[in-house]
Amino acid sequence: MSFFEGLRFRRVSSPIHRLDPRVKFFYVCVLFVMAIMFGGTLKNPELLPLIVLFFIQMPFVLVAGVKREWIRSMRGAMFLAIFIFVFNFIFQFISGSYDSFALLLEYSFSMTLRFLVLVESFSIFFLTTSPDHLGLALEQSHVPYEFCFAFTTAVRFVPVLADEAQTIMDAQKARGLELERGNFIKRIKNYIPLLIPLIVNAIRRSLELAEAMESRAWGATEKRTNLYVLTLRNPDYILVVLSVFMLILAVYVRFFLPVPSLTVLLHI
Amino acid sequence: MIEVKDVSFTYPNGVEALHGVSLKIRDGEFVAIMGQNGAGKTTLVKQFNGLLKPTKGEVVVDGVNTREASVATLAQKVGFVFQNPDHQLFCETVEDEIAFALKNFGFKENTIKKRVTWALNLLDLKQYSKTSPFMLSGGERKRVALASVLAWNPKVIILDEPTIGQDQNQKNRLQQFVNQLVTQGKTVVIVSHDVEFVAECNPKIVLMVEGKILAEGSAKQILTNSYLLTQASIVLPQIAQIFTGLAGLGLPTDVINVHEAKKVLLDFMEVDS
Amino acid sequence: MSVIETKALTYTYPSGTKRVLEDVSITIERGEFVVLTGPSGCGKTTLCRCFNGLVPHFYGGKLEGSILITGLNVHEHSIYELARHVGLVFQNPENQLFALSVEKDVAFGLENLGVPRDEIKKRVDWALQTTDIEDLRERAPHELSGGQQQRVAIASVLAMQPNVMVLDEPTSFLDPLGAQRIFEVINELNKNLGITVVLVEHRLDLAARYADHVIIMDEGRVMLDGKPREIFKLEKARLMGIGVPKSTRLYQILEKNGMHLGKVPITSEEATQILKEVLSRD
Repeated sequence: MSFFEGLRFRRVSSPIHRLDPRVKFFYVCVLFVMAIMFGGTLKNPELLPLIVLFFIQMPFVLVAGVKREWIRSMRGAMFLAIFIFVFNFIFQFISGSYDSFALLLEYSFSMTLRFLVLVESFSIFFLTTSPDHLGLALEQSHVPYEFCFAFTTAVRFVPVLADEAQTIMDAQKARGLELERGNFIKRIKNYIPLLIPLIVNAIRRSLELAEAMESRAWGATEKRTNLYVLTLRNPDYILVVLSVFMLILAVYVRFFLPVPSLTVLLHI
Repeated sequence: MIEVKDVSFTYPNGVEALHGVSLKIRDGEFVAIMGQNGAGKTTLVKQFNGLLKPTKGEVVVDGVNTREASVATLAQKVGFVFQNPDHQLFCETVEDEIAFALKNFGFKENTIKKRVTWALNLLDLKQYSKTSPFMLSGGERKRVALASVLAWNPKVIILDEPTIGQDQNQKNRLQQFVNQLVTQGKTVVIVSHDVEFVAECNPKIVLMVEGKILAEGSAKQILTNSYLLTQASIVLPQIAQIFTGLAGLGLPTDVINVHEAKKVLLDFMEVDS
Repeated sequence: MSVIETKALTYTYPSGTKRVLEDVSITIERGEFVVLTGPSGCGKTTLCRCFNGLVPHFYGGKLEGSILITGLNVHEHSIYELARHVGLVFQNPENQLFALSVEKDVAFGLENLGVPRDEIKKRVDWALQTTDIEDLRERAPHELSGGQQQRVAIASVLAMQPNVMVLDEPTSFLDPLGAQRIFEVINELNKNLGITVVLVEHRLDLAARYADHVIIMDEGRVMLDGKPREIFKLEKARLMGIGVPKSTRLYQILEKNGMHLGKVPITSEEATQILKEVLSRD
C-alpha cells in the first residue's frame, strides 16, 4: 500500500510541478532507455552508471519538495527489489557460471538498482504531476477525449468510492457481519455483502453522472475547447535539451568508452 | 442504558469530531439528536454500537464498555438503520435480506423464519418477500432496511436521517411507526435536521454544535428557543416561529405543532369572546 | 410568452408497463418561479427530464403528445441542443461534478459546446461571482460541503446561460440552512436575471415562499395547477400527501373550526401578521 502512497499526487507547487507533463514523460522515457542500456552482464557488470543514474534524479526530488512521499514509494518498492536481488544472486550462483564472488554480487546489485532507477523516475513523475495536468497532457497529445475524461473522472471519484466502501463496511458490520473470523472460504464469502452494494452503487452513480454529462451538452461538437491549455515554456525546453544531451552522452559512453565494473576498479 | 462519558473523538485524518461529550440515554427514552451537517451527530451515534471507539473517554452500553466488545456483539442490542439503504442491500430476495442479520447473530432456523414473517408484515412488505430488493422503489427499499434491523428486535434503534427524500405521506407513516416503537418500550434515537418532523414526533432533544452538546431538553423547550437554535444553525419550526411573533399578545410561546396551535388559538378566541 | 408548453404529454419507460406521465398539459411563462411537487412516484422527476430531452433521447421509451421548450420541439432536438436553453440540476451534488477543480467543472458545459477560451473564462468568472463561490475556485469537489457542491452545480449550469433552470430536489441532502441558501441563490437568479425556474421540491415550508406558480402531480397526472395560495389552502392538496406549509395548514384547520383568517398565509411571517390582526380585532 505504501508503494501506491508514494505515487499519489499531493497539491504543492514547485518548479518541477509546473513543468509540462509531456516533457516530464519524455525525460522519464530517456531515463528508462539509459537504465536499460547499462547494467552489464555477469562477466562484466556495470554498477557505476546505474549509481550515477540513481543520484542524478535526486535534485528533482529535493526541488519538488516531495522527499517524504518519494522515500515512502522507494520503501514500498524495496520488497520487490530484494526479491530481484535474491533471485538473480541465487540463480547465477547455482548456475556456477560466475567468475568471482565480487562480480556476482555486483551483477545482482546492478539488476536491482536498474529496477530502482525506474521506480524512482516514475515515482517522481506521478508525485509532481497533478491528475488534472496529466489529463490535459493526454488531451493535447491527441488521446481521444473520452479516455482523458474517464481518467480524470475516475481519479476524482477515488476518495468518494473509498468513503462509500467504508460506509458499506460499517453498515454491514452493524448487521453482525464479521470480517475477521472464519476460515479462508468463509472470509471470501463475507466480502460479498461489501462488494455487491459497492458495485450496484457504482453503477447507479454512473447513470447519474451520464445524465449530468448529457445535460451539460456532452457531444455537442467534435471540436471541444478547453479552459486550460498547456504551453511549453523555457524550463520545459531546458529539460528537453538536458534529456537529449544525457541520451547522447549515454550512447557515446555505451558505444565508444569501456565501462569498467566496480569490482575491477576496486581491484577486488 | 447508554452512557457517554466525556467522549472525544478524532478521525484518522485529524478531524476532531467530538469534544468532551457526555450524555445518558435511559431505556425506553425517545431522543432526537439535532444539529447542522457536520455537528457530530452521526459520529456520536456510531459510538453506540461500537463502529467508532472514543479517542478519549468511554461509552458504556448496558454495562458493557464499547472498547471491550465487538461491533457484532453490541449490534445485537443496538440496531442502526443507515441513511442510505443501498449501502446494505445485497441479497437476492427481500426475505434473505431480512434474514441476513439473524443468521449472523446465530438465531435458529425456526426463529429466523418467524421473525422474517413478522418483520415483513410489520412493514407491509409481505407481497415483496420473494422480490429482489433492487427492483423496489426508494421508499420500499428504506422499509426493507428498517425491517432487516427490527427483525432481530434490538433494545435500541437508531435512525440516521430517516426523512431524507421522503414525501409527506412517508414522513407521516414513519412518525406513526416511531411512536409505535416507543410505545413498545424500545429506546429510539433519531438523528435528524428536519425540525418539522421532530416537532411532530415530540421527543427529548439533544442539540449539537461543532462536536459538543449545546443543550438538552424537551422538544417544546428546545424548538422554541430561538437563541439556542440560531447557535446551532437550525431554523425554528414554522409554528414556533409564528408563536414567537405572537408573544406580545399573551399567548403561550412553547407551541410547536399545528394541532396544539389550533387548540391554543381557539381557546384564546373563546376566552376573548 | 410561454417558455415551456406541453400538451397531453404521455410517457412510458422502455421496460415499463405503466404510464409514468399521463396527459400532462402545462404552460410555464417566461420569468416564472414554478414549484413542482407531488408524492413520491408521481412523475415529477420524469417530467423534469422531458424538459431537457433526457426523456426521450437518453432513456428511450414512448413519449407522446407535444412539448415545446423555448419554442423548440423536444422530439426533434438533441439533448445537447436543448442544453443551451435548459439547464438541469440534480438531487445528488456529488454526482454532477466531474472535474478536479471547481473552475474546471463550471467550464465543463462551455467546453463541450466549443465556446472559445476567452469567452469560457469570462463566463466562468461571472457564474462563480453570481453564485457567490469565487473563493472556492481552486478547490476540489470532494473537499466541499453538500451545499457548496450544489452551488457549484448551479454555477456550472448558469455558465451555459440557459433561459430555464430546472432543479430536481436539489436540497434533499442538505440541512435546512443549506437548503435555504440554495433557494436564495435560485431566487436571485430568477428575480435578477430573469431565468425561469422550475423547482421540484418536497420541502414546501422552505420553498413555497418563492413560488408564483405551483403545479401538483399525482400518479402521472397534473392534479392542481395555479397560484400558491389558492392551491395550498385546498384540502385536496393535503390529502394527496403534499407537505403543505405549516402556516397554510394552520389556516386550513382554523377555517374548519370556524376561525376565519381572511388571507391565506404561506410563510410564518405572513401567518404571524394575519393572526395579530385577527386576534387584536377582538
